[in-house]
Amino acid sequence: MSKQRMMPAINLALQEEMERDNKVILYGEDAGISLLGQTTGLQENFGKDRVRDTPICENIMTGMAVGAAAAGYRPICHLLYGNFIYTGFDSIANQAAKLKYMTAGQVKLPIVYMAVIGGGRSAAAQHSDIPYPALMNLGGVKVVVPSNSRTAKGLLKSAIRDDNPVFYLTAAGGGRPEEVPDDDNYLIPIGKSEVINQGNDVTIISIGSMTLKALQATKKLNEKGIGVDLIDLLSLVPIDEDTIINSLKKTGRVIIVDEARDICSAASHISAILSDKAFKYLKSPIKRVTVKDVAIPYSPILESHVIPEVADIVNCIEELLELN
Amino acid sequence: MMSIKNYVNNLSDEDLKRIYKKMLMIRKCEEHLGEATKNGAFPGAVHLYIGQEAIAVPLCDQLNDSDWISSTHRGHGHFIAKGGDVKKMMAEIYGKSTGICGGKGGSMHVADFKKGIIGANGVVAGGMGLAVGAALASKMDGNGAVSIIFFGDGAANQGVLMEAMNICSLWNLPMIFMCENNQYSEFTHTSEVTSGKIVDRAEPFGIPKYEVDGNNAVDVWQAAYQAVQRGRNDEGPSFIEAHTYRQRGHVEFEYTFLSRTYRDQSEVELWKTNDKDPILRLESYFIEHSKYSGDDIEKIQKEVQDEVDDAVKFAIESPEPEISSAMDHMIER
Repeated sequence: MSKQRMMPAINLALQEEMERDNKVILYGEDAGISLLGQTTGLQENFGKDRVRDTPICENIMTGMAVGAAAAGYRPICHLLYGNFIYTGFDSIANQAAKLKYMTAGQVKLPIVYMAVIGGGRSAAAQHSDIPYPALMNLGGVKVVVPSNSRTAKGLLKSAIRDDNPVFYLTAAGGGRPEEVPDDDNYLIPIGKSEVINQGNDVTIISIGSMTLKALQATKKLNEKGIGVDLIDLLSLVPIDEDTIINSLKKTGRVIIVDEARDICSAASHISAILSDKAFKYLKSPIKRVTVKDVAIPYSPILESHVIPEVADIVNCIEELLELN
Repeated sequence: MMSIKNYVNNLSDEDLKRIYKKMLMIRKCEEHLGEATKNGAFPGAVHLYIGQEAIAVPLCDQLNDSDWISSTHRGHGHFIAKGGDVKKMMAEIYGKSTGICGGKGGSMHVADFKKGIIGANGVVAGGMGLAVGAALASKMDGNGAVSIIFFGDGAANQGVLMEAMNICSLWNLPMIFMCENNQYSEFTHTSEVTSGKIVDRAEPFGIPKYEVDGNNAVDVWQAAYQAVQRGRNDEGPSFIEAHTYRQRGHVEFEYTFLSRTYRDQSEVELWKTNDKDPILRLESYFIEHSKYSGDDIEKIQKEVQDEVDDAVKFAIESPEPEISSAMDHMIER
């Protein structure tokens, strides 16, 4: 165990997996120099053949991953920012997500599409999006969203070893340093969430960068005598339905904290699952704490207004429990 | 422009016979499809390759199973040319369980990865990235395999072509850009929507370019030979523009929904004549330049027709897919 921030933990996972399996290759814009630190040192360690700097061309990059995977490699396509997924979306939506199905399983596509997502950095609307609602609806790709450095390592290693296209989406800020296992087989299974705080009064389901805020809200609520079952969702496709339904059975109240815009967000889908499969256990409406239906603004004061903060989570729960 | 007149390899009688037979196989399969679709014999629409057979076959004739092709919505010809099973293709178009994709892909997605056929593609230029990725894999494997993207004049106007040429040239990938210029981008003459010459687009990327009469199988074979050898010898990508003509519509049955015609029937008829049609042209070359005679041609035609009839019978008699298979082959949950 050692305390690490998000980007070094991602880097460690990449180093370990590229060491373990020489079919793992990585390419992306500035992969060698590494803009954000995920790929630092990889080119020095594994060479320019396996770690390639690409031109700025997301359209071909996303498609190349499909072709290289079909031909036996395990490509990691590093797309930098989540918004650039849109630039390369044809090959994601029409090829990567469909090819295995259309060919009746003739082909495995072990691809990791990697990007940082979300706001909070005054990066404005074209570098702050949460693209996973669109990805969740494609059907043919997995989507994981680690919340901290430990889950970042465990999920990335699982994503690289998975035989399906996996979107690996992390917050850019990276949160605070966490203890990260040194074990080079430390895997967090895709499709499993983690209950990171136990309580009986309300369930919070949080995604990615919202988990740290939900944890802070949980502490505040504890101080007020409210017990929170906090679930760090980690995987959006597939979703760990058992864990969220079991928690709802225990608490009867659920809020979902999601940095996506509200319309067709992960939160709204989870809400639909819970009302569909666990309606009789609900003591109050399922609430969603999400981003307002706007682009992410540049100004810090505007940005923090539209992205959920700790106080929004606390207020939502207090209203739900009619404590206000 | 690279010269293709320096024939590097003369085609033997057997080469010509093999190429002729395969071109005919594509023609006969598609003539059936063109007829059968009128009676609703199978679901879905078909985009026929008739008139362009002299492009896929002479190129794919030089490939192995370890080489990759990625193709277009007009993909039956490429599938057959690369060695795809005709019965399984026919059954796929009929939507049957015995189809090469279990009836889940249909006409626009016939694929056989074991044969290096990444598949037809429903998105114009959609196969571009796939072929580049396969070329990258071949390059890294160092096995001399090449990767071919078949695309049309319509796809040449998609921006991804530029991205592909740039990266293939930059990384010296064993890639062949095979542009089949059939003169129509769906229902619009390509000259109305295209500036410059398509083949010239390879030039600024330093990619050797070849321009051929795509209805002349022998010329296509020679150009393809040079491009394939370049790939095998790690000399990088090549670009071929093969001029041809789409004898059928963009899609069969198109005049049931189009509000007006977009080309004269006399133009279409011209391309079906002895001087223009790729199969008729190869037929006369074949008779003139080989030991084979008109009688042999008739024998080949009969063999091919029998094989197509068998494939159709197989498709018609095959069972529908199991309903439960609709949920197979997505990601596991």
